[in-house]
Amino acid sequence: MKSVRISLVLAIILALAFVSAPKADNHQSQSLTIVWAEWDPANYLQELSKDFTAETGIAVDVIQIPWPNFQDKVFTAFVGKSDLYDIVIGDSQWLGRNSQGQNYINLTDWINENIDVDSIYGPAMTAFAEYPKGSGTYWALPAEVDAAGYVYRKDLFEDPNEMKAFQAKYGYALAPPKTYDQLRDIAEFFTRPDQDLYGIATWYSKEYDGITMGFQQVMWSFGGAYGDAESHKVAGHINTDDAVKALEFYTSLLQFAPPDAPNYYWAETLNAYNSGKVAMAMNYFAFFPGVVDPKSNAISHDKSGFFIAPSGPKGHYISIGGQGMSISSYSKNKDLAKQYMKWFMQKPVQEKWAALGGFTPHKEVLQSDTFKTASPFNEAFAASFPYLRDFWAVPEYAELLEVCQTNWSQAISKIKSAKEALDAIARKHEEIFEDAGYYDE
Amino acid sequence: MSDYQLKMAFIMPTMILLILMNIFPLLWSLYLSFHRYKASMPAAPRFIGVRNYSRLLADPEIWGYFQTTAYFVILAVAAQFFIGFGLALLLNRDFRYKGFVTTLLLLPMMLSPVVVGLFWRFILSSDNAGLLNFFLSPFLKSPIGWTTNPKVAMLAVVIVDTWMWSPFMMLIALAGLSAVPKSLYEAADVDRASAWFKFREITLPLVSPLLLIALLFRTMDAFKMFDIVYVLTREGGPGTATETVSMNLYKLAFRNYNTGKACAMAYILLIIIVALSNIYVKYLNRVKGEAQET
Repeated sequence: MKSVRISLVLAIILALAFVSAPKADNHQSQSLTIVWAEWDPANYLQELSKDFTAETGIAVDVIQIPWPNFQDKVFTAFVGKSDLYDIVIGDSQWLGRNSQGQNYINLTDWINENIDVDSIYGPAMTAFAEYPKGSGTYWALPAEVDAAGYVYRKDLFEDPNEMKAFQAKYGYALAPPKTYDQLRDIAEFFTRPDQDLYGIATWYSKEYDGITMGFQQVMWSFGGAYGDAESHKVAGHINTDDAVKALEFYTSLLQFAPPDAPNYYWAETLNAYNSGKVAMAMNYFAFFPGVVDPKSNAISHDKSGFFIAPSGPKGHYISIGGQGMSISSYSKNKDLAKQYMKWFMQKPVQEKWAALGGFTPHKEVLQSDTFKTASPFNEAFAASFPYLRDFWAVPEYAELLEVCQTNWSQAISKIKSAKEALDAIARKHEEIFEDAGYYDE
Repeated sequence: MSDYQLKMAFIMPTMILLILMNIFPLLWSLYLSFHRYKASMPAAPRFIGVRNYSRLLADPEIWGYFQTTAYFVILAVAAQFFIGFGLALLLNRDFRYKGFVTTLLLLPMMLSPVVVGLFWRFILSSDNAGLLNFFLSPFLKSPIGWTTNPKVAMLAVVIVDTWMWSPFMMLIALAGLSAVPKSLYEAADVDRASAWFKFREITLPLVSPLLLIALLFRTMDAFKMFDIVYVLTREGGPGTATETVSMNLYKLAFRNYNTGKACAMAYILLIIIVALSNIYVKYLNRVKGEAQET
């Protein structure tokens, strides 16, 4: 009797599951699926796409994947040749791999015929759309242009007592830093563990591209480089004395960061700033709406200022962020995707995109006063543009990135010295390039 | 239909499934391990002999991951064994709410490792906001870097894995303990045997075969540690302090899509696990024989 009752219960559960399962809608109208990382710009795009749906009747669904799993999920879908996504808004570094891997369709002819390329900010077109660089072959259109930048607590920086004490200690006025030396001084000055206040929060995380995006701009500005773009030789570029100094400098900033800083990625950095734990925080500008929103930052949403990443002793470079919009080779809606992209690049749409909070690649919109004053951080964002640089965008980028993530993370954890970590990167990167045939001939 | 045909009709679906799901992937991955191949690229596999294996075995970092894994396996399995067996001994008697207490103790192993990793991430947060550091703060000068200090991070992973899997050891040990005939203890009582003597001469020999099976399962499972490390110490950090072989294998296979090399690494891992299991099984047979003699 008991087994009959159990069977009955199971049968009812199965029947309910069957009845409540979503049914395929045979009469569904046309729709497009866009995949992007989970962050505010994806919400803005979903909002913006309502206009496209109103104009065309084509539904648009923006799927958001958390940043640490973003690449893994999208690439797994590509390996399975899945038609799950029509448009992929992927990182600039993905271009090499997904163009050579035939996961993105070649958009060169279509772009030349349908898009006013001159209206797009040139470096953005190169970074997010073109592979190989300088070839005029396009695989994407820039969707979101981004740069690493800093937010700081104006109430602390402009406090007369703090200013006086800083001047007395360091011999110059307290203001947003222009060099990494100044950044270090300010970070040190505001580090007061007894008050649960620290100088700086920046990216040290081993997840995805965390520490690499945080550190590479320091490395470039100190005179280091990933390697020679032509010969792909790495030794003598990434493990120079300048690069060692840069890594030692970046590691030294940890003493002015909260105790859990080695795990900081974008969310943790944002949380540290919003909870009033740090005086300055590095993040990509696209994350800064969370800083000025009183709902997420009750402490300093109206007391925050923004500045561009400082310069180093050998130059001024900033990590590029943002993504390009590509069409998946496995999409069954390629024409609809092209229709959407053409619509997206129109000036009025780009104006609305910028007004919603998106970082437009449209040259005119980007340079307009309306854009620069649309948010408290847009001006600093626009000022960062001349200094933007990118990681390797070759098909092997994921392997190269993984090596950097591991070794730099080992360096900041003192498992390896800065020199050992950089030598290991040079060796491994050359091994990867050698395996991929870059040194053949 | 003859008896033979009937037998085949019953066996074939399972055989086909086994060949498709287990045998073919095993052979295909062995084939790929001798090739340069990336699942994410259109190029066909290119034969490179044992290069994947030689590159892996000559890489000091790979040996580092093996060391980290071995360190974790020894610490975690030993802790789970002692805690699990200790709990089983405590539960192997009649008391009020025994069923309820046993169920409560079993709860951790029923949770998803990712969920466990996530909430332990909050408990072990390296600043004072972490629950454990908050409670320890009156006794500490500065918060413990559970997931940020390379000297402590492995301990954090071991603590979480032990919290989750000691109940499994307890369950198996409890099953073994409840199967020990009461008459043996009664006979020992008549002979005025001490508690230690009873434990050493009756309990341990009779429970050992089951304990060894539990140890075998846990060792194999711990050797494959991935999920808790992925979530708790964010992909095996800080640095490579908690990066296990499986974590590295995941990156090789599904982040770098270096499929050929990943297959070679998986085979190295497989050989080690098979070798370890054989040692256990041999020992298990010996212990079983001794238990039967008892």
